[in-house]
Amino acid sequence: MIIGAPKETFEGEARVAMTPDSALQLQKLGHSCVIEMGAGAAAGFSDDAYATAGVEVVKTAAALWKAADVIVKVRPPSDTEAKRLSADKTLISFFYPAANEKLMKSLAKKGSSVIAMDMVPRISRAQKMDALSSMANIAGYRAVIEAGNNFGRFFTGQVTAAGKVPPAKVLVVGAGVAGLAAIGTSTSLGAITYAFDVRPEVAEQIESMGAEFVFLEFDESELPDGAETGGYAPPSSPEFQAKQLEKFREIAPDIDIVITTALIPNRAAPLLWTKDMVEMMKPGSVIVDLAAEKGGNCELTVMDEKIVSDNGVTIIGYTDFPSQMAAQSSTLYSTNIRHMLADLTPEKDGVIVHDMDDDVIRGATVAHASEVTFPPPPPKVAAIAVQKKEPIKELTADEKRALETEAFKKQTKTQVGLLAAGGALLLAIGLVAPASFMQHFIVFVLSVFVGFQVIWNVSHSLHTPLMAVTNAISSIIILGALTQIGSTSGIVVVLGALAVFMTGINIFGGFLVTRRMLAMFQKS
Amino acid sequence: MEYGFTTAAYVVAAVLFILSLGGLSGQESAKRAVWYGIVGMALAVFATLIGPGSGYWALSIILIAAGGAIGYQLATKVQMTQMPELVAAMHSLVGLAAVFVGFNADIELTRVLAMDDTAKKGLEGFAALLAKKSSVEVSILRVELVLGIFIGAVTFTGSVIAYGKLAGRVDTSATKLPGGHMLNAGAAALSVLFAIMYFNGGGMIMLVLVTLLALFIGYHLIMGIGGADMPVVVSMLNSYSGWAAAAIGFSLGNDLLIVVGALVGSSGAILSYIMCKAMNRSFISVILGGFGGPAGEQMAVEGEQIAIEADGVAAALNDADSIVIIPGYGMAVAQAQQTVSELVRKLRAKGKNVRFAIHPVAGRLPGHMNVLLAEAKVPYDIVLEMDEINDDFPETDVAIVIGSNDIVNPAAQDDPNSPIAGMPVLECWKAKQVFVSKRGQGTGYSGIENPLFFKENTRMFYGDAKQSLDKLLPMID
Repeated sequence: MIIGAPKETFEGEARVAMTPDSALQLQKLGHSCVIEMGAGAAAGFSDDAYATAGVEVVKTAAALWKAADVIVKVRPPSDTEAKRLSADKTLISFFYPAANEKLMKSLAKKGSSVIAMDMVPRISRAQKMDALSSMANIAGYRAVIEAGNNFGRFFTGQVTAAGKVPPAKVLVVGAGVAGLAAIGTSTSLGAITYAFDVRPEVAEQIESMGAEFVFLEFDESELPDGAETGGYAPPSSPEFQAKQLEKFREIAPDIDIVITTALIPNRAAPLLWTKDMVEMMKPGSVIVDLAAEKGGNCELTVMDEKIVSDNGVTIIGYTDFPSQMAAQSSTLYSTNIRHMLADLTPEKDGVIVHDMDDDVIRGATVAHASEVTFPPPPPKVAAIAVQKKEPIKELTADEKRALETEAFKKQTKTQVGLLAAGGALLLAIGLVAPASFMQHFIVFVLSVFVGFQVIWNVSHSLHTPLMAVTNAISSIIILGALTQIGSTSGIVVVLGALAVFMTGINIFGGFLVTRRMLAMFQKS
Repeated sequence: MEYGFTTAAYVVAAVLFILSLGGLSGQESAKRAVWYGIVGMALAVFATLIGPGSGYWALSIILIAAGGAIGYQLATKVQMTQMPELVAAMHSLVGLAAVFVGFNADIELTRVLAMDDTAKKGLEGFAALLAKKSSVEVSILRVELVLGIFIGAVTFTGSVIAYGKLAGRVDTSATKLPGGHMLNAGAAALSVLFAIMYFNGGGMIMLVLVTLLALFIGYHLIMGIGGADMPVVVSMLNSYSGWAAAAIGFSLGNDLLIVVGALVGSSGAILSYIMCKAMNRSFISVILGGFGGPAGEQMAVEGEQIAIEADGVAAALNDADSIVIIPGYGMAVAQAQQTVSELVRKLRAKGKNVRFAIHPVAGRLPGHMNVLLAEAKVPYDIVLEMDEINDDFPETDVAIVIGSNDIVNPAAQDDPNSPIAGMPVLECWKAKQVFVSKRGQGTGYSGIENPLFFKENTRMFYGDAKQSLDKLLPMID
């Protein structure tokens, strides 16, 4: 098959879906590659470099669309491009099918296949083609750099001959891929970094990147479960949101740089940084809103623009961060594309097999065989490990007390029951047994009682010494043998003597071994 | 010497024995508590020797001394790993002594009953006590005697078999003669029959028959219990030996015997209960032998066991901050406790947090692991119980399982059809990494497959525990 990458027509887009490196890899899969003249120029890849890598450079877009069987792109196709996509061709690009329904339907009707890179399911196997994550990573990094560019101070704290410089305080809201990348960049620049996310399970990831998790006290049972939505944070409850805003308001005056990355799939971005919070911030502070494309997390964000608020806070709403770093993002994106094509070419013979039973390919395909195949069925493999929900929910004080009283009542009941039964049994025996027996029997019952009380307190680690010592003292049976040994009957004397001998072994052996064991227990 | 002095001495001895058991609540107080027990025993024996009814002083003392010498030898020579065998062997002696004393009482009783009144007045000691008894009291005495002898005999053969199993001289698997439980029930029924005949004047021969049946029951009962249940068996026999002493105490009219017998009996009973609870088994099912059949198909274990060499383990240990070691019977068998202790010393010297997690039924005796680790000079304050440490596993970097299997089996929690379902286990698989030191790939003592070995964060460190750890030791720096 011939894989072709046109020059991006979207204004300001510098990325390209094929690099000389990825082209070499694609050729190893048995494909041949074509590229439109100047397609890689903005990302720093010259036509010569492509030619050296064995890529045929064609002069016009029209020629490319005609020559290629599979077109790889970054942005969704424009109307002209859509027209050029004929029935037998396959398009691989970002597509945002939910937003581009009309285009998707018309392409499906035409019979072309469309694979949306933004629809690659989030399962472990598909990570190598997860272009959203690659781009988010770049956006997160770039957001910090952009913030630094607009921030008038150092990130790291310094004590210099010219005075002390306090470190910058950075807050990252949303610890997805972009958020984590931002945290990493910010901490490595030396800023004190705080991070917040509605999913408590990412606290560990945040801390592993060197940031401090902004802890929100909230009832865990009401927290959303990220595992159900493929690793994205789901919308949260109004109470939770209120609490969250309250926390932000509390820390806003201290924060120098805010980077917001909170996105909810297929919905407008949640409003997290309100106007009054911006007003609380110090002049010269910077807000970078990575959610600008979906309306922004900050109330004042203007998409694709940098504005300065009345109190001197810079708010950046650029949406083209990956494009600003076109060399890097093209390399990553083209690798994602190359992995997707590798999955589509299982035999490495240059023949595309569009296997709709494959979870990843099925999930990413939005139009195939004249049909719209969006939305995809849920993947057979769960996106990420399901969080273990603690089934025990926190009890209120009242419930606890009720439970305690109930347990206490139950305990009393069993205890009274046992006592009554035991007492009755004792009395019944007393009615028939002679007094001399009862005398001993009382001793016996009391001893059992004392025994039970005492033994429960024996510490677990001393159970072996306990066995040894009870062994020794159960040889008290020697007393019986000693009283009998004085008998006039020969056999009694012999049996008694044997018993004395054996219990003698036991007494000494038992006590000595206990002492030996106990002497070993040492405190450090 | 007057009878009053003996009784007084007995009271003091009884108090000392109670203090002696109560003192075992802590490691430090326990050291004092043993002395209470020793003094109590010495006092009791002394008071009995000078009290009424005893004779052959010299013989008695020589016999005690001879027994003591053997006991001393045993106690000083025994290896700590052989503790379970020693305890079982000692139980058998108590059981046999109870049988002998019971027979003596019967012989004396027959002799005394045959005498006329004038001869009875000339008696002293135990015989004199018997002579005073009314006919109802004599019947009760006989019941007590039979009980004492019966329990004593069961304890004797049971302990001998338990000893054999623990020492590896008897096949450790649960074996039963054809007829199984019916055989036991039949023997028990027969002994009740013979006992009744004995009460009605059947004579010595009936008592001997009861004893033989009891000996058989003891043998067959313990033969039917698998090696993995030995902690319960040993504590159960401990309890029996106490009850035997108490029953004999009744027949001899000796309160101290009753008190001590009851203390030991209840102690053993509580220990058995704790052990059963730790294995989530009903006491009855352990006594009747073997595991109850699994309710259904056990979950198939997926994945494979991944082996690792000493250098891999060493690297992980060098990086880890918190380490938990879970010893089991395998450590005792390989005599690896010294090496483990050495390893712990090295790791602790580097400032790592090293702790031990002890499951209640680890080893073959309650508290077995604690004693072994104490022998190897592991400080007891880093040796923790299951409940104390189970919550800490998620924060643990490395968990090392040395020769234990069922007590770390996640199937107990995950698989309702597992034979050990519901048994509390050490949740070591929650640690970031788990190393299992194990001889080979087999399922081990209980024959239950362990999914822990197949988990992603588990690495198998095959080989004899001691040799593996010896290899590991120099790599820790």
